[in-house]
Amino acid sequence: MSTWDPNIVVFACNWCSYAGADTAGVARLQHQPHFRMIRVMCSGRIQPGFVLRAFEKGADGVLVSGCHFGDCHYVFGNERAVEQFEKTRNVVRLLGLEEGRLRLEWISAAEGKRFAEVIDEFTDQVRALGPSPLAGERAGAAAHA
Amino acid sequence: MLDLTQTAKETRAWACYDCGKCTATCPVARAGAPYSPRRHVLATNRHPPQELAHDGSLASCLTCRLCDARCPAQVAYTDLVRRLRELAHRARSEQAGPAGELEPECPHGGALQSVMRMMGKRSTQQSRLAWLARAEPPSPVRGSAGKRSDFAAVNPPPTPSLEAKGAGSGELKTEPERGQVFYWTGCTMYYDAFFPELDLATLRGTRAAVALMNALGITPIVSPNERCCGHDLLWNGDRENFERLARQNVRLVADSGAELLVTSCAECLRTWKLDYVPFFAGRPPRMVHLTEFLTENLAALTLKPDGQRRVTFQDPCRLGRHLGLYEPPRQVLAALPGVELVEMRRHGPAAICCAGGTWSNCDRFAKQVQVERLREARATGATVLVTACPKCQIHFRCAMNDPKLGGDIEIELRDIAELVADAVRAS
Repeated sequence: MSTWDPNIVVFACNWCSYAGADTAGVARLQHQPHFRMIRVMCSGRIQPGFVLRAFEKGADGVLVSGCHFGDCHYVFGNERAVEQFEKTRNVVRLLGLEEGRLRLEWISAAEGKRFAEVIDEFTDQVRALGPSPLAGERAGAAAHA
Repeated sequence: MLDLTQTAKETRAWACYDCGKCTATCPVARAGAPYSPRRHVLATNRHPPQELAHDGSLASCLTCRLCDARCPAQVAYTDLVRRLRELAHRARSEQAGPAGELEPECPHGGALQSVMRMMGKRSTQQSRLAWLARAEPPSPVRGSAGKRSDFAAVNPPPTPSLEAKGAGSGELKTEPERGQVFYWTGCTMYYDAFFPELDLATLRGTRAAVALMNALGITPIVSPNERCCGHDLLWNGDRENFERLARQNVRLVADSGAELLVTSCAECLRTWKLDYVPFFAGRPPRMVHLTEFLTENLAALTLKPDGQRRVTFQDPCRLGRHLGLYEPPRQVLAALPGVELVEMRRHGPAAICCAGGTWSNCDRFAKQVQVERLREARATGATVLVTACPKCQIHFRCAMNDPKLGGDIEIELRDIAELVADAVRAS
């Protein structure tokens, strides 16, 4: 019984979303494990190059997450994140990747439950889309643990 | 490992007699950058390759060829710097391993190089021709039903504003696969998507080019499978990924049966005419810039004045010093009624480039070169700065964003195809 599991990259800000993942863990919430998390100080740091690099290297989906509006540790970093995300999405669309492979979510440090839900929902969504067309030609692809 | 002795021979670096004209003429060095073409030439003749491979200033070269034009010993510095960048690229990848990061420091975080490499993958099926449709339907945000209200509120699907700004009225007629004339669009749709903050519309030039061909009764091939020509990767030193793109593009055009390839991008043309040569099997198509194509067909176009305008022309380095095409754009401008061309102080073979070339060298010195060039354009009294390469538009537009200088260096930027399309529409 070999079902395919997607390879997902989650970018999370240090102050909200990463802490939200911690909250989910502390509360022992169950969610799907097919993602790797990259912590950055602020979602505003997540520029198109980061997300595009993830797709280039074969990610099947990329989730960008940060603090809710008004909650950003750096006041307006998440507004910058939206600008960056918009650019990224424009380019991802041109490259012919399905838009469902890319998502932006705000998850606060208290929202462990929401973190687990978003991960499950996004994982299912990417699973439904199947492997990324770019994943096959990964150079030196590491098998997913 | 690159053989520097051979390289010195092939680029005539050995002929250097240390006069220093290259560094004296280099726009980047003149702006005060710690960069010297002369040092690279001499180092090629003297030193083991390791030192050059780790010379960070290799990325400072604009590859504009101004120094080549001035060199009394005919040293091909621009060819030399490209080979040295390949050397540096190989050194970086060996150091970093297969997962290593390969770009020089890029102001856009390597995003554009990433896009180019993705286009090189055979499995990539782009969706790049939305601009051909007149009214782009609003794109649904898939998988976002329900709980994403805050995201949807701040991040609505992009309005098709670029389409609204498009040149040419009515439908654009193109063929997807086979035909006589292949219109090579270049990456303008990617640029407009990637630089929303610059209020760019390089696609206007692309649309205008297709509209002009249609006006001449030609239905060009515009392929959904066109890939980046690989110009920037090649000039960044990434030959492997360049070759991937080159092979696929050459096959695409060969399979189309086209006898003529027209492009409005000076970089694409250079790449096709010079760098793709080893990849052609059989007879390649004739390759021309849109301005060359237009000069041959001016008689068939009815041109009427679209107002009176003084314009000045930015010679793209690829079109001018790389390919020697100074006259075609000037002939096209001369043919437009109501358009008066006033040259900048440094034009033609002496033109200063837009200082952005290969997405590898944007810094305060490049910015200074751009600002100086825009002041020169303003000094002509022209109201429009006309270019024949989308990259010039991007880099000048970016320079104009400087809030401290904005008003001083602001000038309308247009692709030459837009002006011709305006004149055709006015008739």
